[in-house]
Amino acid sequence: MSAVDQAASAAKFIEDKTHEAHFDELLWMIRQKRDYAASQVPEWEELRDLASAIKEHTLSNLAEYLEMFEASAKRNGAIVHWALDAHEHNQIVYDILQSWNADALVKSKSMLTEECDTMKFLELRGITVTETDLGERIQQLDHERPAHIVAPAWQKTTQDVANLFARVYGSDPTKVDPVYLAHVMREHTRALILEAKAGMTGGNFAISETGAIVTVTNEGNADLSGNTPARRIHSVGIEKIIPKDEHLAVFIRLLTRSATGMPITQYTSHFRGPREGGEMHIVIVDNGRSTRLGMEKFWLSLKCIRCAACMNTCPVFRRSGGLSYGSTYMGPIGLITMPTFDIRRYGELPFSSTLNGSCSNVCPVKINIHEQIYAWRSVMDEQHQIKFPKKEAMIVAGKVLSHPEAYRIATEATETALKELPRFAIYNHFNPWGYHRDVPAPAKETFHQWYKKNRMRNGSA
Amino acid sequence: MRVALVVPCYIDVFYPEVGIAALELLGKLGVEVEYPFDQTCCGQPMANSGCESDARATEELFIRNFAGFEYIVIPSGSCTHHVRNKFIAAPLSEERENVRSHTYDIVEFLHDVMQVKEFPWAEFRHKIALHTSCSAIRGIFMQSMSERVHDPQFSKPKDLLQTVKGIEFVEFERPDECCGFGGTFSVTEEAVAAKMGYDKLGFIGKTGTEYIVSSDMSCLMHLQGCARRLHKDVKFRHLVQILNGERE
Repeated sequence: MSAVDQAASAAKFIEDKTHEAHFDELLWMIRQKRDYAASQVPEWEELRDLASAIKEHTLSNLAEYLEMFEASAKRNGAIVHWALDAHEHNQIVYDILQSWNADALVKSKSMLTEECDTMKFLELRGITVTETDLGERIQQLDHERPAHIVAPAWQKTTQDVANLFARVYGSDPTKVDPVYLAHVMREHTRALILEAKAGMTGGNFAISETGAIVTVTNEGNADLSGNTPARRIHSVGIEKIIPKDEHLAVFIRLLTRSATGMPITQYTSHFRGPREGGEMHIVIVDNGRSTRLGMEKFWLSLKCIRCAACMNTCPVFRRSGGLSYGSTYMGPIGLITMPTFDIRRYGELPFSSTLNGSCSNVCPVKINIHEQIYAWRSVMDEQHQIKFPKKEAMIVAGKVLSHPEAYRIATEATETALKELPRFAIYNHFNPWGYHRDVPAPAKETFHQWYKKNRMRNGSA
Repeated sequence: MRVALVVPCYIDVFYPEVGIAALELLGKLGVEVEYPFDQTCCGQPMANSGCESDARATEELFIRNFAGFEYIVIPSGSCTHHVRNKFIAAPLSEERENVRSHTYDIVEFLHDVMQVKEFPWAEFRHKIALHTSCSAIRGIFMQSMSERVHDPQFSKPKDLLQTVKGIEFVEFERPDECCGFGGTFSVTEEAVAAKMGYDKLGFIGKTGTEYIVSSDMSCLMHLQGCARRLHKDVKFRHLVQILNGERE
């Protein structure tokens, strides 16, 4: 697949003023709610330190905790599967569904199954998948990927949803009312949920000591998927492990405050064992994570608890829209994780940042996100992923700026047209700076020339 | 006390008056400032773009120019952030580390080192919006960060400007959101960069601000470009121009 051109997609998104403003303002409001929620917890920074330390400890002893988790889960009566990659994960899930003769699956929002493209895999094999999270269901009906990892449909306005439901369900498009729309969805989806033979969820946490998969939702969508049918599957990435229940308390306090500004969500569910007469399968998925764990500069990104605070605060994300990244994880966390999945396809993503650092400040597990974005850029150079005009410009800039004489010639040309600084400092042939901004005019004389004329005796410093 | 002034490349070419103001201001404060004549740039444009190897020779030149100075003063938080925190394209040496640890933004130099309490010659009877760059805020901690809600509130550039007679600060929305410059980002992702700039000008525009003031001219170069395109008549000044006594 060709490289994702985030900048081009973002430029298109910005042209659509309604959606750009909607997305920016909505996410900024969430950022402010997060600030307020954090301000109400005096030990907030201590919690972040603690969460970060728990994650680093667990990741540093991951094999041990994974085996402990497996043993606990088996003790509870769950069946545990290990998947090396996305394909293996999807095949395992499909085989389980086959063994149940299930042709319909109700599924709770899960970024891991997005990452594995599980829905497509199953649908191609004749299984009907119904998403139980409202936002995820909206995206499913619109054949769109999630635009945000916590709230998949936040890029849509209420009017968009009214139009979509009118198209799909024949509801009234002029009733732009969230309550009405929620009822429309309930009417059409609840039956599918009640009839499904099989359910599936992701997991926010997997606790080694208890063998429980913990999900955190507001709509109870994980419970609809996990508790309505007797048979269920939980898929979790290997990095979701935490040692004990007592550690969970730290993360629960941070997660929802960081994600939405709420002190806690409506539902924090612990799935421990199968129901009577039911089955509980847990698929533990690697899909590139163990490789990342071995990357000195980037393994700390595995601490992520998917709160999306980095996305909500990111000024680039808010104005680009979530779909512009063409990836499962988007915004700052996407910039530092997607290249580990496919360095060619996502080679440009680390450049979609101003390196302002706000993301690292809001991260509840203290991932050094902006430093990793910076570090990825030089990896892209080493791996020859920086495209020709830009790389060429940097080579020229590096040469000119390291030779004072060449620099003076470039900057002190008597004809303004020859003053090349913007071109060599900021590459290219046809400078896009000017599309939306006026280009600064070079001064009549440089500081250097002024200094030489006014502050030097006998022409020497 | 040997003090060197760094004049960043974009100030050299586009805003020489800012370099001159910095030099004059330090002179008024009795600091003998040297301007190492062979200086060009700190290497940030290349390093920021991932091209560390292309930044190496420029960083080495920077070290040659500035090694041995007790204070290396830059009127830019962005360049200071690069030299202090990311200056690793040149191979590790005692000289390199010395240069890094002796580099200061001019605000830090005035506020922390010289501890200047007044600029008696300065007077600026205007409404200003103070924009502090992300590098200055989250890179070298010249101002408290809005995300860190439990930290004490402070702003070193505001402390300095507050001593100027007649100055009036305006409050605006999202004060420490990035303006969109971001170095080469301003070109590679020009649409988002410009939108961020437009939004910043929009928030500031609601306040009746006459001047946008910053200790980073690169943010102002970007915002000025946006303002001209939008036909907004707001004016731009580097903080040192005001501290040096410019009235307009």
